[in-house]
Amino acid sequence: MNKQLSATEVVARLRDGMTIGIGGWGPRRKPMAIVREILRSNLKDLTIVAYGGPEVGMLCAAGKVRKLIFGFATMDPIPLEPYFRKAREAGTLEVFEVDEGMFEWGLRAAGMRMPFLPTRCGLATDVVKHNPHLKTIQSPYADGEVLLAMPALKLDVALIHVNEADKLGNTLITSADPLFDNLFARAADACYVSAERVVDKFALDTHAVRFNLFERYLVTGVVHAPCGAHPTYCGPDYGWDLAHLKKYNASASEESGWANYVKEFVACTETEYLAKNGGAETIGKLPMPIF
Amino acid sequence: MSQHVEFTLAELMIVAASEAWRGNGEILASGIGVIPRIGASLAKLTHSPELLMTDSEAFLVSEPIPLGPRGDYVPKYEGYMGFDRVFECVWGGLRHAMIGPTQIDRWGQSNLSVVGGDYKKPKVAMLGVRGLPGNSINHINSFFVPNHNSRALVAGEVDMVSGVGFKKERWEKGVRRDLMDIRRIITNLCVLDFEGPDRACRVRSLHPGVGFEEVQDNTGFPLLKADNLGETTHPTAEQMAVIAKMDPHNLRGAQLKGNPPGIRPAA
Repeated sequence: MNKQLSATEVVARLRDGMTIGIGGWGPRRKPMAIVREILRSNLKDLTIVAYGGPEVGMLCAAGKVRKLIFGFATMDPIPLEPYFRKAREAGTLEVFEVDEGMFEWGLRAAGMRMPFLPTRCGLATDVVKHNPHLKTIQSPYADGEVLLAMPALKLDVALIHVNEADKLGNTLITSADPLFDNLFARAADACYVSAERVVDKFALDTHAVRFNLFERYLVTGVVHAPCGAHPTYCGPDYGWDLAHLKKYNASASEESGWANYVKEFVACTETEYLAKNGGAETIGKLPMPIF
Repeated sequence: MSQHVEFTLAELMIVAASEAWRGNGEILASGIGVIPRIGASLAKLTHSPELLMTDSEAFLVSEPIPLGPRGDYVPKYEGYMGFDRVFECVWGGLRHAMIGPTQIDRWGQSNLSVVGGDYKKPKVAMLGVRGLPGNSINHINSFFVPNHNSRALVAGEVDMVSGVGFKKERWEKGVRRDLMDIRRIITNLCVLDFEGPDRACRVRSLHPGVGFEEVQDNTGFPLLKADNLGETTHPTAEQMAVIAKMDPHNLRGAQLKGNPPGIRPAA
């Protein structure tokens, strides 16, 4: 029952063409240590399913993404994700662009083993025009209302970053907002979790267990990745690294910008990565964002 | 005797924005962006204390939180409102959001996704549709336009209809249209609404020194004049004090190019 793996071992289990869901939201609690390991790999033709942040841009810049299923890509204080924009504007990215709520519904449907869930979100917009595979369904009851049948977003793999985990696959998300990571875990055939801290076996009180949001039987592997969400926000452990995000953003408008970013922050070990960003102690002091 | 109050255009727009939430009842007020957020805060602190607001992250607060660094201010939490709960709120319809889309058309349809070119290869990619489809079909929405021109208020339909509007042809038979409404557009020139015949767009009030023709010239579609079309209501001293308290770092002063005064100097 020891599910601990390294990020490298997780990525070795991924295959070209897989549909991979990435937890978090924008620049919030993204499993960046595992994402960086994907950037270092030869993986390709991925379908990425995410409430997109910098991980989407990085994977696009590295040519890993064949298709993106998303509602947005943003870095919040830097509203536009530069490499996502580049890929989108180059016309090289296949997209399935949906409302944030449709996205949630797709994950829920997958987790419940339903083919779809009905919603009003997306009707009367160009979301249905640009996605002709989306169908409507009429209520079988007296109201006869026509609703959108949001198809299940079944994932081969979900990647999630949490605050605490044990080696059995139990997790705690103590951030102010747990976001929709529980639904990613449920929607996937395999779920790999990176964690700020990993212990052998949790011994929790009844207050702490409220931060356990999905069951360990959903968790395939646990990676110990201190500061593993950097440069994104992982409250209450650390805030986002705005200086790093700005540097990353600026690289997109520089010649060989992505290659230089890779050289500095990807083509190295995770230990070296943290050192280049001031070390774990400095990252741990990054202030919480003010919304 | 009302005392003379000096105000900027941003402050005038904040007061106009706050009016959008008047009489909405006990719902969640979401002002996205500096001016809409101060507008929602002003509404809650003056005419509509029943409004619910969040800290813009995950908590409901009984008192709107001032913008920017908070010093020793401690938020007054009254409940929890993570994104999951926000979606539940959206689908239940008990919310009025004010956002700033990139494009808006004569039907109130909005766009935050892509502009120009082909959808598969757009000229400009922005955020994506975000929550606009779901927000717009489920609850009240208003809009904020910092630079009123025909690129923002477009001639035809918006390039990618992200948020629904009043265009009949867009609504398939059997789809419920009665859950949505679009109330106001607060721009740097005027306040617009959709209270004309068949929900046509009207100029509801003009900001001081702005004429109807100027607004029309800068709008991609024909506008109607509201009955008794007059000037946008000026901020009072009380409102100005609340605005200053909610925005102690004067972020509002950086929202409009040149931070112009509320009353245009004579040309």
